[in-house]
Amino acid sequence: MTLLLSLLTASILLLSAPYDLLARLVGLWSDGLGWVGEQLGIAMLDYVFMHHAFLVGALIAVMAPLIGTFLVHRQLALIGDALAHTAFAGVAVGLFVNSLLGTGISPYVTAIVVAVIAALAIELISETTDAYNDVSMAIVLSTGFALGAVLISLNTGGLAVGINQYLFGNLSTVSRENAVLLVVLFAVVALVVTVTYKQLLYVTFDETAARVAGVNVPWYNRLMTTLTALVVVGAMQIMGVILVAAMLVVPVAAAAQLARGFREALLASVVLAQIAVLAGITLSFHYNTTAGGTIVLVAVAVYIAAVLAGKAQSRRGEDGAPATTE
Amino acid sequence: MSGEPEPTDTDRSPLVEARDLTFGYAAVPVVEDVNLRVERGEYVGIVGPNGSGKSTLLRLLLGLHEPDSGTAELLGHPARAFAERERVGYVAQDVTEDEKRMPITVSEVVLMGRFPHAGFGRVTEDDRKRTREALRTVGIEHLADRKITALSGGKRQRTYIARALAGEAELLVLDEPTVGVDAESVDAFFELLDGLVADGMTVLLVEHDIGAVIEHASRVICLNREVYFDGDPVAFAESDALDRAYGTNVRREEGGIVT
Repeated sequence: MTLLLSLLTASILLLSAPYDLLARLVGLWSDGLGWVGEQLGIAMLDYVFMHHAFLVGALIAVMAPLIGTFLVHRQLALIGDALAHTAFAGVAVGLFVNSLLGTGISPYVTAIVVAVIAALAIELISETTDAYNDVSMAIVLSTGFALGAVLISLNTGGLAVGINQYLFGNLSTVSRENAVLLVVLFAVVALVVTVTYKQLLYVTFDETAARVAGVNVPWYNRLMTTLTALVVVGAMQIMGVILVAAMLVVPVAAAAQLARGFREALLASVVLAQIAVLAGITLSFHYNTTAGGTIVLVAVAVYIAAVLAGKAQSRRGEDGAPATTE
Repeated sequence: MSGEPEPTDTDRSPLVEARDLTFGYAAVPVVEDVNLRVERGEYVGIVGPNGSGKSTLLRLLLGLHEPDSGTAELLGHPARAFAERERVGYVAQDVTEDEKRMPITVSEVVLMGRFPHAGFGRVTEDDRKRTREALRTVGIEHLADRKITALSGGKRQRTYIARALAGEAELLVLDEPTVGVDAESVDAFFELLDGLVADGMTVLLVEHDIGAVIEHASRVICLNREVYFDGDPVAFAESDALDRAYGTNVRREEGGIVT
């Protein structure tokens, strides 16, 4: 554990130069948004935390449906939920270590480490048992959450106070540091998906055919779950542990109602997620409601609208019913 | 399609070769001591009763299982090495039905045949051109932008053939491709295969419809754990291999054999 910590500290020191650059970029974004707010007289853009919230929200609304599209169409929607709950254990580990050793590691960093380990564990279980099953996923989910809860209760010195922000997410705690972390996660996820898009699509569509075609399926499955872990931790800041998986699933399900092609579905899910996140954050600011819950409710409303639109589309006979005659 | 043969070493070696191949999911072997070679240009139909290990044999030849003993080679490489897989096209029983409601268009599926060629690179205009050509060859060009789940079973299987063609496959491996496809489309599907074989494609087909195999394939392998027959379709139809492999519940009917 100490080795891991010193490794982490070393890498954090090594990364401090790019960090400064990214922090400056986030600062620029903040200044820009503040200026826009002033010009248009939008009161909520007076606050720096709202600038960060909109940045983080927009990035989440790209990467969550991006990964979610691959997961949902493999019937792996539950995996996001399982990883979110293990990420909670990661947060607890971070808080625990910080209070024990007096260090100042971001709990999100430990959440990433723990969630990635859990992701690989899930893959290992599924590879050895030859199937993703609800039971092993449920076990990982509850183990993660239980571990988090126990670690936090072990350490009652004021820790329980801050726990709600991890469970339900919080707009006002999105610091510049957290925004930078999210920009980095976003860059990693976007880059990896861009490079491996074809392989991921092949595996998602037909795992056996992908294997026959020489795609290293287990490797891509591990990659996919690891990326899911990164996205879940990134989205957790605003969405909270309990609702984060919704961002991986709901916009994707909505897009599937409307899109014919896969690329189209990816694009549509990102657009719908953006609507949900931007509207959700705005509503949550104005009505002082929890951001994660508000975003999910907007997303569900978007989903219902998409279902209705999809039904109307198929009634017009465009693509809905299986074509028996050509 | 690879109509024009290139004079290479691999040209003369068999595309598929199994030696003393034995495999079982549990202690009892499902496939036992199978020896077979498939040469370039052959149209091989594998038949056998349900649970006879035909699909398992195919999976072994494709490298999807590790043999308990014996060897399986594909394109001159051990099947488990997954080498040169752009040369193999694979069509399984329809996987898109029911539970898979994934939004994806016909041309997106066919383009996957180009993925082994493209690797991590970008999909090029040439890839798209070959995709369109493959769709034209199987006669579903007009359905390119349709959602694949909106197609009939027969049209879906044509899509998978097109995927193999787009990938310039030399060997087409089909695992009961006509399950769930209506009778009329099945005939058209076998005609399509005949045309591809005439253009130089090698076909390895697992099929429950013995009549169709006898009618179309150039060689029949009858399997029930072991190989009961391997040879000419006409000789197979006249032999007692079918009765031995299937037991006695086979009726011979006019125009076909039904189990």
